[in-house]
Amino acid sequence: MSIGSASLGHAVRQDGELNARALRSDARRQALGLLALLSPGLFLVFAVIIVPIGWLFWLSLFDESGQLSLANYARFFEQASYIKTFATTFKVAFVVTGACVLFGYPLAYMLSQLPRRAASICLIFVILPFWTSVLVRTYAWLVILQRKGLINNWLIDLGVIGQPLPLANNFAGVVIGMTHIMLPFLVLPLYASMKTIDVDCLRAGMNLGASPAATFRQIFFPLSLPGLASGVVIVFVLCLGFFVTPALMGGGKVIMWAMRMEQATSLYSNWGAGAALGVVLLAVTLALLGLFQWLLGARATGVWSQR
Amino acid sequence: MTKRLCIHGLAVAGLLASAAVPASAADTITIASWGGTYQEAQTKAFFDPTAKELGITIKQDTTNGLDDVRLQVTGNAVKWDITELGADECARGSKEGLFEKLDYNVIDKSGINPKLVHDDWVGISYTSVVLIYRTDVFGDKGPKTWADFWDVEKFPGRRALSGSQATETLSVAALAKGTPIDKVYPVDIDGALQSVDKVKGHIDAWWTSGAQAMQLVKDGEVDMASIWNGRAGTLRKEGAPVSFSFDQGVLTADCMVIPKGSKNKDLAMKALAKFVSPDLQANLPLYVDNGPANEKAFETGKIPQERIKDINSAPDNVKKQVLQDPEFWRDNLVEATEKFNNLIQQ
Repeated sequence: MSIGSASLGHAVRQDGELNARALRSDARRQALGLLALLSPGLFLVFAVIIVPIGWLFWLSLFDESGQLSLANYARFFEQASYIKTFATTFKVAFVVTGACVLFGYPLAYMLSQLPRRAASICLIFVILPFWTSVLVRTYAWLVILQRKGLINNWLIDLGVIGQPLPLANNFAGVVIGMTHIMLPFLVLPLYASMKTIDVDCLRAGMNLGASPAATFRQIFFPLSLPGLASGVVIVFVLCLGFFVTPALMGGGKVIMWAMRMEQATSLYSNWGAGAALGVVLLAVTLALLGLFQWLLGARATGVWSQR
Repeated sequence: MTKRLCIHGLAVAGLLASAAVPASAADTITIASWGGTYQEAQTKAFFDPTAKELGITIKQDTTNGLDDVRLQVTGNAVKWDITELGADECARGSKEGLFEKLDYNVIDKSGINPKLVHDDWVGISYTSVVLIYRTDVFGDKGPKTWADFWDVEKFPGRRALSGSQATETLSVAALAKGTPIDKVYPVDIDGALQSVDKVKGHIDAWWTSGAQAMQLVKDGEVDMASIWNGRAGTLRKEGAPVSFSFDQGVLTADCMVIPKGSKNKDLAMKALAKFVSPDLQANLPLYVDNGPANEKAFETGKIPQERIKDINSAPDNVKKQVLQDPEFWRDNLVEATEKFNNLIQQ
């Protein structure tokens, strides 16, 4: 028995090795085939993303006289305004993302609960601003929010306030304008993910005695998290590179990173000055995305295992 | 019949094409300026008459400034034969070697301030930074000098200054602390920054474009501001309740250059010579508030007497203003701008 099984085992092993070799070469052939299919896409990514970013990084290492140096990076520490601008950029991005979640989540929830017809009509109102230029929307907010704008005029006429509220040309103005522009970027992915939540899960929860609030908290909300996470990431990253709205609504007091890049490009006679700003923003953004992925990704998988 | 017509048509078109293509390639120059009403005025004042006189075609483009020229020259892709820049940009670009040398045998420089006549760039027009205030807030007793603008107790109200043009804001800051007009340049940068620091807390907006400055004043978002005279003039024409004068204005020149590697350098030189000639220079203030760089324009008799007092570069108005020194800013722009940013973003 033991002898037989040993010899059989030997034979199986031999067969197995032969098989494995064949399987391996098969897999290799398949991988090569896939690679060949992928290669146009990979080439495109390489040509339009990797090469320019590498070039940007390369440029950032040269000073005005064309010598290799870290002068473009040293500037961040020598001039107080760079750190300040960087902090402002992230502060604006955090606040705007927070405001978008605050307004966007209930909106997306409402949309997802409406009958299909009503939901599509309401969705049009969410998408409509997409079709209007950012510049036009920003100027419209200026008309509404400034010292002699609609809101202040109404409030003063109604006797609610004596002095106009400072709503434009400051941080508040930038946040209001940007929240409006960013809202659809959060609502759309969130709405899409809420629509895929199986109503039966909620019914089952209710059936087992959960109150509507508990059903929402324990079932609906965790299931909507992946959609929320992708919306948050899109909004946050878009905010980091935003230019038009802070430039017009900030009254020159809310300087964001993109505005600084534009300034650096015209102030310094080497591209490196602006390139270094781009590299730093890219690096910090990637690090943050990694962090998001780690935090929210783990959370999302946690939800599935709970289910 | 129809076929023959067709062939005829083709032949004619072919002839036209063969005749037109080489001619237009040789006799076409491309000029880039700032766009908007200013470039429209330049078209009527400079480009159209020159094209007609020289029998050439002048194509137009718009520029964002020195970066665009640098990009074209260093990338060996020069599209423009002539481009307009701010005078400090000309001084910087000249140092970087981005422009062709100008031939002053072709271009007559008489009548142009020698500070604006250089080997590879020449002045073309003037803009002034002026103090504007709203008459519905102050009547005619508004702030008249930069010292008044800085005096927040005597003239309470909301204020805006340029945040993007450190050169201009530092010049008016120097005037505000009592520096006489002829002593502003070379600017005592640290002194001017201290002066900015005094008013900083009372500035409600630091504007970054001419349009923004105009909008701030027009909508009453601020009661007083520094503003470019062209924008101020437009506000006045539109009937906005504003007042401004050239007293203590900061006169800033624009210049024109031929980017290095221009394919039609000789023709561009001839066109540039026309643009700075007193005759065409005198056309400019007929269409726009930017004054001519050539003071002989005022002797041509083309500009009506009553118009002259409103032109920033008219000899009587020049006396009241500070002339920005492009070479000073060539050497000090970066340092001054970084310090200025540090200060206003604290």
